[in-house]
Amino acid sequence: MAYVAVKGGAAAIEASLERLRYERLKSGVPLGLDEVSGGLSVLIDQVMSEASLYDPAVAAVAVKQAEGSPEEAVFLLRAFRSTVERLHTSRPAVTADLFVERRLSAAFKDITGGQWLGATTDYSHRLLDFSLGDETPASVRVWVNEVEARWQAAGPRTRFPKVVDCLRAEGLLPAVPDDDTPPLDVTKGGLTFPAVRSQRLQTLTRGQTGTVTSLGYASLRGYGVLHPTVGELRVGMLPLVVDPPGEGPFDEDDGYWIGEVRVTEVETLVPVETDVGGRTVLSFDLGYGLCFGKNETKTIAMSLLDQVLESKADLGPLADEEFVLLHVDSVEATGFISHLKLPHYVTFQSKLEGVRQTRKAEEAP
Amino acid sequence: MSGAGLNPLYNFAFFDEGSKREIRRATLKALAIPGYQVPFASREMPIARGWGTGGLQLTLSLVGRSDVLKVIDQGADESVNAVSIKKLVCDTTGIAVTDLTGEATLIQSRHRIPEQPLTEDQILVLQVPIPEPLRTVEPKEAVTKRLHAEAEYSGAYLLLFEEIQRYGTLAGGSDHPVTVAGRYVMAPSPIPRFDNPKLHFSRAPVLLGAGREKKIYAVPPFTPVVSLAFEDYPFRVESFEGKQCRFCGAREVYLDEIPGEDGAVFQCNDTGYCRSRQAGGQA
Repeated sequence: MAYVAVKGGAAAIEASLERLRYERLKSGVPLGLDEVSGGLSVLIDQVMSEASLYDPAVAAVAVKQAEGSPEEAVFLLRAFRSTVERLHTSRPAVTADLFVERRLSAAFKDITGGQWLGATTDYSHRLLDFSLGDETPASVRVWVNEVEARWQAAGPRTRFPKVVDCLRAEGLLPAVPDDDTPPLDVTKGGLTFPAVRSQRLQTLTRGQTGTVTSLGYASLRGYGVLHPTVGELRVGMLPLVVDPPGEGPFDEDDGYWIGEVRVTEVETLVPVETDVGGRTVLSFDLGYGLCFGKNETKTIAMSLLDQVLESKADLGPLADEEFVLLHVDSVEATGFISHLKLPHYVTFQSKLEGVRQTRKAEEAP
Repeated sequence: MSGAGLNPLYNFAFFDEGSKREIRRATLKALAIPGYQVPFASREMPIARGWGTGGLQLTLSLVGRSDVLKVIDQGADESVNAVSIKKLVCDTTGIAVTDLTGEATLIQSRHRIPEQPLTEDQILVLQVPIPEPLRTVEPKEAVTKRLHAEAEYSGAYLLLFEEIQRYGTLAGGSDHPVTVAGRYVMAPSPIPRFDNPKLHFSRAPVLLGAGREKKIYAVPPFTPVVSLAFEDYPFRVESFEGKQCRFCGAREVYLDEIPGEDGAVFQCNDTGYCRSRQAGGQA
């Protein structure tokens, strides 16, 4: 199969695509989309978060087509996103309205409403369960029915007050007014520097999970602020409301509920020194993270990076917003790295000629 | 290869019309300020970042039903990435494609300007990996923007000066910076130095698109484009002195060097040009 500059590039591509399809299907067991959505929901959440597109059904197609590769699935969804018209902008979503599925605070032993472990692998032992191979639809259904029957008694979904609001009430966190300035959308206007916070948060939330996590880890290890504490981490369904058609102004009650998205939200408390009347006192800075889906590690890391970037402190590369924001995107990073597979013989020839010239110049008396 | 297999799932030329307009507006601004990098809301495309998404967005924003498209990658129409880009444009527009430079109304290229001079009826779109000519001097965008605003280009000259200091010559390579219309220093994309003079008073507008870096910039028709150099160390293109194409015999063109057991052989890099010469057609 020829690679470059030989007639037949089109035939080579066709043959390669056929081979790709074969590799996906050669086992003879096509993966059902319900199997992808049902069994790979964490992957789907990760992919939707990095793609900035919340649509579990479309994401399931992307995951199947990508054979489970997150970078490829994100790529597919982003390209799809480029063709989708933006019809509405939601009203500012209020995360205090989150229907909580899981919630914890590392800062307090007990919080109003209590800690809710929810579904988590945190306290599972990571021992491979080889019996998973024996699961059948029938056996699974029996178990699921039994569990759901027990949970019936649990009652309706719950909302909880936010931990940081309690701290604000105590004066430990400075009160901040609501700022409903329309965010700058980096997918419509691009990133500009110095970036505003909405651009930073948007870029981080759609960042590649591994990259955001690694950079967040670096901030913990000394390139950022030491000893942050997770004030609150919550996972749940966030309702979204849009204005009715036509010209406003509208009452709060006029809005249309258009659905809900699962999100992970993290607020991290970072002790900082502030100057009050010439006296140095300690107070808390807040790092904020919010990602589509159940994406806890990434969201915590996002909150750490948000705080470091917001502090404008001289903390090295992580406080350099161009360094962080321009390198966290999956599609951009994987695209540019993979472009090294493209032929470069024109530029290499030019360089080769330059190298030969420098040798000639050396030999000259 | 035209008309066949138009994909009904997508709008003409993939984008919604609003997106196309937005990109064209940035392009008009780029033409109005020659060599200035206009930021734009670069979309994610069905091909990867770094594989020509900037050029592709320009092409898709400009293409009309009567356009004839030529796409080359490293000088070759048949290169797999060129074929892939052509296929995407054709699948979403149904327009005709050609390998002949003279027949094309829209030419998208990576790393080369065709050997046959372009006309005012054509548009050349170049794919750009790194649009900022000062990036090697200054990694920060906020700073390079200011340097451009102040026309502070000593850094670019300093790079060339250091090259001469070290190697006794402008060793260069591709993407040699140029001054456009006497104002902005511009990265001409990684075209060989051999192609830089083709930008000078080009009859065809040259549009440069950097998808990942989200910039569009342009050389309008009939605009002076001067490669950076010094009076005592003038700009120099790659030399293929004494070499000629083994197929069509062309000299004074950019050649590919193919290593072989009996020493290197040379052939035209611009495959469309070479084939039309071999066919005895007007090159």
